Amino acid sequence: MSQFLWYAMVGSGLFCIGLLGLILQRHLLRRILALNVMGIGVFLIYVALAKRAGLLPDPVPHAMILTGLVVSVSATALGLVLVERVQRLHGRPELPEDS
Amino acid sequence: MNLMVLLVLTPLLGAFCTFVLPRQSRLLGMAVALVLVSAALALAWQVSSSGPIRMVAGGWDVPLGIGLYADGWSALMICLSASVGLGTSLYSLGYFGSHANNHIDKSTSAGWWPLWLLLWAALNALFLSSDVFNLYVTLELMGLAAVALVALEAHAVAAALRYLLVGLLGSMFYLLGVGLLYGLYGTVDMAELSVNVQSEPAAWVAMALMTGGLLLKAALFPLHFWLPPAHANAPAPVSAVLSALVVKAAFYVLLRLWLGPFESLATQQVGQLLGVMGAGAVLWGSVQALLAPRLKLVVAYSTVAQLGYLFLLFPLLGSTEAGAIAWYGGIWLALSHGLAKAGLFMAAGTIMHAYGHDRVADLSGTGQRLPVTLFAIGLASVNLMGLPPSGAFVGKFLLLNAAFVSGQWWWALVLITGGVLAAAYSFRILLHAFRNQESGTSYHKPHPVMEWSSLAMAVGAILLGMFSAQPLELLMVGSTLGELTLTEVAP
Amino acid sequence: MTNPERLRPLTLILIVLLVTGVAGILLWALWSMQPVASGLSLQVREHLPVSGVNAEVTAILMNFRGYDTLLEMAVLLAALLGVWHLGPLQLPQADNHPDPILETLVRFLTPVIILVTGYVLWLGGHAVGGAFQAGALLAGAGVLLLMQPRVLVLRDHLVLRIMIVAGAALFTFVAGMVMFTGGTLLEYPKQYAGALILLIEAASTVSIGLILTLLFAGGAPRHGDKE
Repeated sequence: MSQFLWYAMVGSGLFCIGLLGLILQRHLLRRILALNVMGIGVFLIYVALAKRAGLLPDPVPHAMILTGLVVSVSATALGLVLVERVQRLHGRPELPEDS
Repeated sequence: MNLMVLLVLTPLLGAFCTFVLPRQSRLLGMAVALVLVSAALALAWQVSSSGPIRMVAGGWDVPLGIGLYADGWSALMICLSASVGLGTSLYSLGYFGSHANNHIDKSTSAGWWPLWLLLWAALNALFLSSDVFNLYVTLELMGLAAVALVALEAHAVAAALRYLLVGLLGSMFYLLGVGLLYGLYGTVDMAELSVNVQSEPAAWVAMALMTGGLLLKAALFPLHFWLPPAHANAPAPVSAVLSALVVKAAFYVLLRLWLGPFESLATQQVGQLLGVMGAGAVLWGSVQALLAPRLKLVVAYSTVAQLGYLFLLFPLLGSTEAGAIAWYGGIWLALSHGLAKAGLFMAAGTIMHAYGHDRVADLSGTGQRLPVTLFAIGLASVNLMGLPPSGAFVGKFLLLNAAFVSGQWWWALVLITGGVLAAAYSFRILLHAFRNQESGTSYHKPHPVMEWSSLAMAVGAILLGMFSAQPLELLMVGSTLGELTLTEVAP
Repeated sequence: MTNPERLRPLTLILIVLLVTGVAGILLWALWSMQPVASGLSLQVREHLPVSGVNAEVTAILMNFRGYDTLLEMAVLLAALLGVWHLGPLQLPQADNHPDPILETLVRFLTPVIILVTGYVLWLGGHAVGGAFQAGALLAGAGVLLLMQPRVLVLRDHLVLRIMIVAGAALFTFVAGMVMFTGGTLLEYPKQYAGALILLIEAASTVSIGLILTLLFAGGAPRHGDKE
């Protein structure tokens, strides 16, 4: 199994584990964590795509990952503060009338 | 070329300045709005006289650099964002003004300008971008700014958080799709991708992922569940921008991808599926609008329904005879809906500001106290119903025409039913609002700019119907679907 | 997992199967992609000498695809604005049990972190490094300082606000201004590219560090006098 395929598998696995967590979990903190796991899965797939067949790695996906990371951090920060406010307003760290 | 840069950098700088100098934010904000409106008109003029404009940021060649592209369609979307932007900015002067109602505290009004200008920058950047990864970044900026704006209203935090989670889910799907495309073809430029994409498994998966992500962001039934609470509970100017522009942006990206990189993958089956979901949106959204107890909730569900119409475009685009007609119709619907919905949300906000609530059953007396607002609601409803002479009538007419010409007559049923249902929920509101005042309910007189800006938006939607010739010509510039000869479809 | 009990077992199984299906399809697509495509690495390497820096990722972030980075700085600001207007910041309060380990750690680490920040910022010019990495390090120092009550006092005044927007504003300003030297958006004049990039990155490091620290603090700082 090539290196590319290993990374791709792990990335896909993380993506789907995160997706499951986002759909199934109701505690908001876990949902945000699940989103982060999905993000890491996507980034791993990018890393896998960047290095194939033993050449020097392609720097463009790496730069894209950096951008994605910053976006992910920003969104997570906003999400966490929103979770805290939801808890304060509704009493529980879950979305009201939840899916 | 300079205009495109101006359209993106000005609101960014404006956001920074309004954050650093909050006392001058209204002055700075309105200045930015005026600059953007002028730039938008200038761009429309430039595109219509010299054709589509292309540039690459950084002076490198695509795909190393990031490409920007303005054809007639982008120019029109920029004009839409400029007009809705100007209207909303004016409206916000009254909404967040010094004699604002009690539940808008200083923190909310301080937060409005920097975030709104960042959102505007994102919208402009999105409409001008020709690079799928750049589109991801603009979608994220747009989404985060939108969530932050919704959260300015203290009771909307849950809705804002749901919006954030759904938006991020969509973004993850989209980003993964972009990665697959880059891995396959070594480029993220839309023009290059349009040439290179072939029917292979990874390309199909990329299309599915990106489409799914964008459908979440565009709130297409049944992925619409996040929209009504977010749009109904946000501050009124925020709701106006969200319904008029933000959801349209996701639709715009999807349509660009459909007509560009994914053209070879855009099968009739996928088109019909999107059309069916659109039909579901029209029916479900309209029924919910009929039942909703609060005015802003009615308007939010109406957005869900009207977005459904836009997705009827996808199956119709597949037909060779009717594709162009459908496209022009769909874009026309999008533009006029943007203006009308902005006006409607602003009007709802004015009512909320005046009465302290927006329960439909208790709207009596609006005709006497807020006649301008009521007129705005009336005009906007004309547009929602698709009656002449509104812009939506032109759009619907073209779509109906396309449905019959292509033999897919079932979409015509959806369009007509949707119109009837829209009439039902619009009349419900108007009926209550036209009743005369019963007993004294508390009433704050709203600032006139709030009433007049909502009316201006609704009037704009009507003007789009009355003066459709020139903008339609602009739309044809750079269009890949060929020209629309108006003689074919003259009403 | 405690929560999924609410769902009927059938729905749960259905969702798990669906998502597993997604994983399978994704893997199949990736497996079918194995033949190597070269991507843009050749073009990056070709244009690296004129980009102003010697590191590929930095060149992409700050030059070739700098427009994306510019928008990304705006994303950071948008997140901060959102958090800022959700309420006042929330920090650990001073109590009667000061933690000597934490105090020593902070006292020792903070200057080291600041030094390393500067190093990583400069390193971006010719190896892996740059504004974001340095900014994140600086934020680490900021978070450490915030853990100790009353050591780092953040007050909302003009200087703070300017520092927050400095990186993005400078980037935007330069991006537009270089058009007056005959180029297009973000086209640095070749001989000044390296210097401009370093300048923008330096301002951005401060901004990013400050923004991330404030995001950790979770709210708006109290009003203060001008410094």
